[in-house]
Amino acid sequence: MIDLVKIELYKIFRKWRTYIGFIAIAIIVSLIEISMLLQGENYLKFLTRNLEGLFVFEGNFLNGYLISYLVLGALLVHIPFLISLVAGDLLAGEATAGTFRMLLTRPVSRAQLITAKIIAATIYTNLMIAFLAVVSLGLGVLLFGTGELIVIKDVLIIFPKDDILWRFFVGYGLASLSMMVVTSLAFFFSSLVENAIGPIVSTMAVIIVFYILSAIDVDLLQKLQPYFFTSYMHSWDVVFNTPVDTEELWKAAGILSFHIFIFLGITYFIFRKKDITS
Amino acid sequence: MLLSLIFPTQGKIKIFGKELLQNRKEILASVGAIVEKPDFYGYMTAYKNLDILSRISGFPASKKKIMETLEMVRLEKRWNSKVKTFSHGMKQRLGIAQALIHDPKLIILDEPTTGLDPQGMKEVRDLVISLSKDFKKTVFLSSHILHEVELIANRMVIINKGKTVTEGTVQELLNATETKVAIEVDDTEKAAALLNESSFSLQFEPPTGTTLHLTMMKEQIPALNRLFVENGISVSSIVPTRSLEEYFLNLTGKEGQ
Repeated sequence: MIDLVKIELYKIFRKWRTYIGFIAIAIIVSLIEISMLLQGENYLKFLTRNLEGLFVFEGNFLNGYLISYLVLGALLVHIPFLISLVAGDLLAGEATAGTFRMLLTRPVSRAQLITAKIIAATIYTNLMIAFLAVVSLGLGVLLFGTGELIVIKDVLIIFPKDDILWRFFVGYGLASLSMMVVTSLAFFFSSLVENAIGPIVSTMAVIIVFYILSAIDVDLLQKLQPYFFTSYMHSWDVVFNTPVDTEELWKAAGILSFHIFIFLGITYFIFRKKDITS
Repeated sequence: MLLSLIFPTQGKIKIFGKELLQNRKEILASVGAIVEKPDFYGYMTAYKNLDILSRISGFPASKKKIMETLEMVRLEKRWNSKVKTFSHGMKQRLGIAQALIHDPKLIILDEPTTGLDPQGMKEVRDLVISLSKDFKKTVFLSSHILHEVELIANRMVIINKGKTVTEGTVQELLNATETKVAIEVDDTEKAAALLNESSFSLQFEPPTGTTLHLTMMKEQIPALNRLFVENGISVSSIVPTRSLEEYFLNLTGKEGQ
């Protein structure tokens, strides 16, 4: 199995499209950090404009933690597209290229093959989130240093310097889980068709539709919204509350994991029974 | 179906005496295959494709083994080229290499010359014959190009509408029925008259130029030649024109009726 996973990873990382996500993240995060370096103080003043008469802000608030927090919130909306580029291609790409016939005439079971692909896709997804963490948090801390994290929601929260890193650790973990839902959804669509474009477009369409449904205030939909995976895509932000609502955190993790399990389970079932004709 | 790419709606498939779906891994470990046109990872080299496929098979091939296999299909000079730069014929030969990389006992080839030019077809044909003769592999070839089957196969099975119509060695099947023969002689009228008087059980069409077209059993040809020569008719050539294709059409035509 380890060898199969290595082979799948080799195939993923030999394709140009794999690097599009990493390059896009590197460019966008760098641009955000450069612009914050040049005009970050103005941004911070804009953020705290309503509170200036009430509070005096002292310290390094424009720091790596704030940058990383803002980047995570902004980019997690776009990363699903970058992820589906690769995950949507994992099964459909083999069908398009005709390489399934070559693979499945060998003494390897379909279950082994799809498990290796799922593991490789999981590694890829987590690598992308880890890369986002390293670039935004690492580069942010390098350029802006550390300090207290100021978060403005319904209330103003200032997290002490030594109470932040674990929140990022858990936050990135939840972000990974929500991106794994995207991966598994793209994987599911990838098992249905023989062209990689279909799964990419379908994944994005489903995410957009569910985002919209999650935002509509209609009684019926409001009852269903707690079961939509899109309702928990931004649950990473729960850890940037005080106190942290652990029940909400576990609920989000549970619902996201359930969706991953269902999408991958159906994919597994379809692939095992599928006739390979191309 | 023989390779479990698609599943039977009913019935069982046995290879090496074992049921395929229950012993899939064990059976496929001893089987190499090409299903129509072999497709590879175009962005990888020929070497890397074979390396990956051998590892997936559970028999990681050494560099020496991969190079030997590439040499067998005359691709050793292109070992480091990306497969997307290969011609169709080269991909087909690489397909044979991948079928051999894990040293199988049985090689299943489904239409291995599809889309190849005449030279490519000959190359693949020679390679398949060599697999059987030089490497002692059993080759199971499926083809609609009957001339190819005639040139390659020892034994054949003709299947029409999913049912076996006949089976046997190619020579047995071709010799078992009447053969069309074109005989070039110096005097067709005399030859025709002689044939009418002879005891040969044959049919013949009106001569075209100096050639007589007969339908007869193949083993009658030497006796017929002797008859002509003994009666002063010069025989320039005797060409059996019976082909497997014709045999197939006759057989399946009858079946279809």
